Amino acid sequence: MSGAASDTTPARLAASQPKIRLEGVEKSFGSKRVLAGIDLDIERGESMVLIGGSGTGKSVLLKHMIGLLHPDAGRVLVDGQDLAQLDYREITDFRRRFGMAFQEGALFDSMSVHDNIAFPLRRAGWKRGEVEDRVDRCLELVRLQGTGEKMPSELSGGMRRRVGFARAIALEPQILLLDEPTTGLDPVMSAVVDELILDLKHDLDATTVTITHDMTSAFRIGDRVGMLDRGQVIALASPTEFQNLTDPRVQQFLRREAHGPLSEGK
Amino acid sequence: MDTLLRLVEGPLEQVGRFFQLFWRTLVWTFRPPWDFREWIKQAVRVGVDSTPVVLLTALFTGMVMALQTFSTLQRFHAEGYVGSLVALSMVRELSCVLGGLVVAGRSGSAMGAEIGTMRVTEQIDALEVLATDPIQYLVVPRVWAATLMLPLLVALADGVGIAGGYLVAVGLLGANPVTYIESTFLYMGLSDITSGLIKAAVFGLLISLIGCQQGYYTRGGAEGVGKATTRAVVVASMAILISDFFLTKVLF
Repeated sequence: MSGAASDTTPARLAASQPKIRLEGVEKSFGSKRVLAGIDLDIERGESMVLIGGSGTGKSVLLKHMIGLLHPDAGRVLVDGQDLAQLDYREITDFRRRFGMAFQEGALFDSMSVHDNIAFPLRRAGWKRGEVEDRVDRCLELVRLQGTGEKMPSELSGGMRRRVGFARAIALEPQILLLDEPTTGLDPVMSAVVDELILDLKHDLDATTVTITHDMTSAFRIGDRVGMLDRGQVIALASPTEFQNLTDPRVQQFLRREAHGPLSEGK
Repeated sequence: MDTLLRLVEGPLEQVGRFFQLFWRTLVWTFRPPWDFREWIKQAVRVGVDSTPVVLLTALFTGMVMALQTFSTLQRFHAEGYVGSLVALSMVRELSCVLGGLVVAGRSGSAMGAEIGTMRVTEQIDALEVLATDPIQYLVVPRVWAATLMLPLLVALADGVGIAGGYLVAVGLLGANPVTYIESTFLYMGLSDITSGLIKAAVFGLLISLIGCQQGYYTRGGAEGVGKATTRAVVVASMAILISDFFLTKVLF
């Protein structure tokens, strides 16, 4: 779009700054060290995929990017802004540029599917008609037309995840954080969600960070794939390069082997 | 020294969190957007839905008060004062304390359980992510609903309790209806009623803040929610009884 602009314009300078920057992020819960010094730059408009075994700190890392958790050491910068410097009122406004889908959907169980998706729109002050149109459109995108009046407890796990995804994209965020969006979905629905992520990236130039165990999806949507183990980024490369990495931990993960360096000491 | 520190650390942390939550509730009360639908929903749940059980409590308390005081005062030939005794006990003390305990059991526990469940299922994180402060959205409506509704409940309970005393004294024990009503209002001043209502408002504030606090800081799945719910009721009940003493000391 604006790629042809001169390199010295302020807009260009802003665009050259990483959208999300993690500098030496460390986090422990009690005596358990979950993040052990993470450095990671995620560029504007990039689709970053994070993989790694369960309990390696992926979800915790994602929560640091949106300021739900604060690092014990290190900094998290979004658009050059250190999240720890914002007070709780400023961070509420700051989060309007984010969308996040949680592992289990985290739908508000006192509200219908429709009201869940309408929630961020109403909070942002949208008019009733606009809200209705946007909710219908979002439900259509995740192929859940006609379920608006259902309550979350009436939905299957996969459907809940899709509603959570619809709620996350309702406000067309600049940054989309997705925690296992395709886990528990059938292959066709997984492909639908993958396509939605790619569409958002192309249409809105959105920056996306996706956690997944689904390697097909990872290589399809990722511009870069990063792998976490024991709270550190142990590999970071484009999908094609990633598959050719010789690191035994990466190879164990990709080949789905029960024995290897990843399973040692666990 | 170390064990002593560890012993007071927990309670002190709770007290700190209580005042932090209170402060944040005050700050967010005056900041838009105001979700009045949520305020009314909570007011109905704390106020309207608690009405039957609070009034039933007040009715039987008034009745048993009349029963007890009548037989006691009869020994001094002072039955004429039963009305005053029942009325003053109800408006100054029993309506607000018993009403508060009932609402702590009904609404305080519900707040703890509901907010606790939202915490462990990441719904509170989801609120934050959707640019909504959970204190503003969840705590502010509950706190003001309880603080405003409890005095109204207690005002009703005052009337029902006094009526209960009248029914027993006049209907069952054969007291003179005219003297009974006269004695009911003879020694009662406006300040007796208002101090009871002020206490009720403070209890409403305590119940809701404690319930929300226990829920908000819940950890550890279903078991954590269970513990939060229990603590919401126990801590709120203790807070009512303890603060009642000091409020009574200050107000009367």
